[in-house]
Amino acid sequence: MELFGYSIWSFVGMAAFLVVGPIVGCLLAGLDRKLSAGMQGRVGPRIRQPWWDFRKLWGKEDATVNGAQDLYVWLYLIFIVLAGMAFFAGANFLLCVFIQTLGALFLILAGYASRSPYAELGAQREIVQVMSYEPMVLLVAIGMFMATGTFEVNSVLTADVPMIRWLPLIFAGLLYVLTIKLRKSPFDISMAQHAHQEIVRGIVTEFSGKTLALVELSHWYETVMFLGWIGMFAMWGGGWVAAVVAVVVALAVWFLEIVIDNNFARVKWQAMLKSAWWVALILGGINIVYLIFV
Amino acid sequence: MSYVSKSPWVIHYDGSSCNGCDIEVLAALTPLYDAERFGVVNTGNPKHADIFIVTGGVNAQNAPIIKQIYDQMLEPKIVVACGACACGGGVYQSCYNVMHEGTRAVIPVDAYVPGCAVKPESIIDAVVAGIDLLEEKAKKMKKNPADKDRTDADAGHGVHASVANVDDVPGAGSADVR
Repeated sequence: MELFGYSIWSFVGMAAFLVVGPIVGCLLAGLDRKLSAGMQGRVGPRIRQPWWDFRKLWGKEDATVNGAQDLYVWLYLIFIVLAGMAFFAGANFLLCVFIQTLGALFLILAGYASRSPYAELGAQREIVQVMSYEPMVLLVAIGMFMATGTFEVNSVLTADVPMIRWLPLIFAGLLYVLTIKLRKSPFDISMAQHAHQEIVRGIVTEFSGKTLALVELSHWYETVMFLGWIGMFAMWGGGWVAAVVAVVVALAVWFLEIVIDNNFARVKWQAMLKSAWWVALILGGINIVYLIFV
Repeated sequence: MSYVSKSPWVIHYDGSSCNGCDIEVLAALTPLYDAERFGVVNTGNPKHADIFIVTGGVNAQNAPIIKQIYDQMLEPKIVVACGACACGGGVYQSCYNVMHEGTRAVIPVDAYVPGCAVKPESIIDAVVAGIDLLEEKAKKMKKNPADKDRTDADAGHGVHASVANVDDVPGAGSADVR
């Protein structure tokens, strides 16, 4: 079936991400806190806790530092949503990556907008995070093109073999930078999820009430989109079985991230930047050389 | 029931004290008591917090800090004074620089927790009791969001207003009571 010259599934994917994305993201965030608590020998909050936090923040007094900050946070949310919609519509992967980066840049601007030393420090650290993961993400796109001859997510999802067959090392590299993208320990340098003191809360220090709620919402969208990227590697043929496999792989990776988050202490930014670039160079490089000769 | 009662985020300030209550507050977050069960998050950021837990005595030096933390918190918010020192100076009450009224010398207090040091159970009790107050304030906010000075007016202690500039009253009259 087609609508305006596009497959109906593109529109279904976009709508599903827009509506179901934050719900899934919220549940994942709750599950994260519950599992983390379990790993620390605690009972932990309810799975719905992030939703209650969100609603509470939405009802708090409005005390934004300045108008620009709110605008940047809104743009962050909008571009993350657009990037995710582009991905789940099965459109160009490069487009998705670039829109997502633009969203990340707006978050950095929002951090700088408050002129608070803590938020500025967080914004600077967020720039280092972006610098760390961006080369690997671009190598994912390059590898994807070399393996399948297209940047279209649609064609990759319906290819004969899952992409991981051609890009095992690049997949491993993406796993490495996923920890940076999700800002999980040991790479929660710009904005720690579990610790809440000023300097480690970084970029969100000056966000409060609705603004902070919007950042949380963007995180939910982001998480679902990144797990979508992971799932893309394990998807083939466009069938239901393959889709279930992709979802299971994405959830397994999510669990792995939580285990890593709970077992490693934060590293310095130098270690993050160096290790991420070495991973990109070695894993990405070897995989691309392999693709050239295969 | 509004959502503020399900997600009470806490900021904790320890004034001049033996740090006993300070440690007990952190104990409430450990696996044994696990306050996160109730959605409690210990933030270090007044802008993110709903409940201000003060432990230890208030003196001339830390009074402006306590006031500033309180002012930076966003409505709806409540203050819980934990332990004898925060409630009324405790064993330090007659010291020359300690305010004998405790926390309420600087900011309106919504709940007092007795004990030296406080038990983690009592802290959780106080937070749960405070949640009802948060609820009330949230409802009032919904009814009349334009009312800027609602806390100071609602609190009814009048203490906050009378000590407008705590820098001017070092020791806040600990001598005139004793």
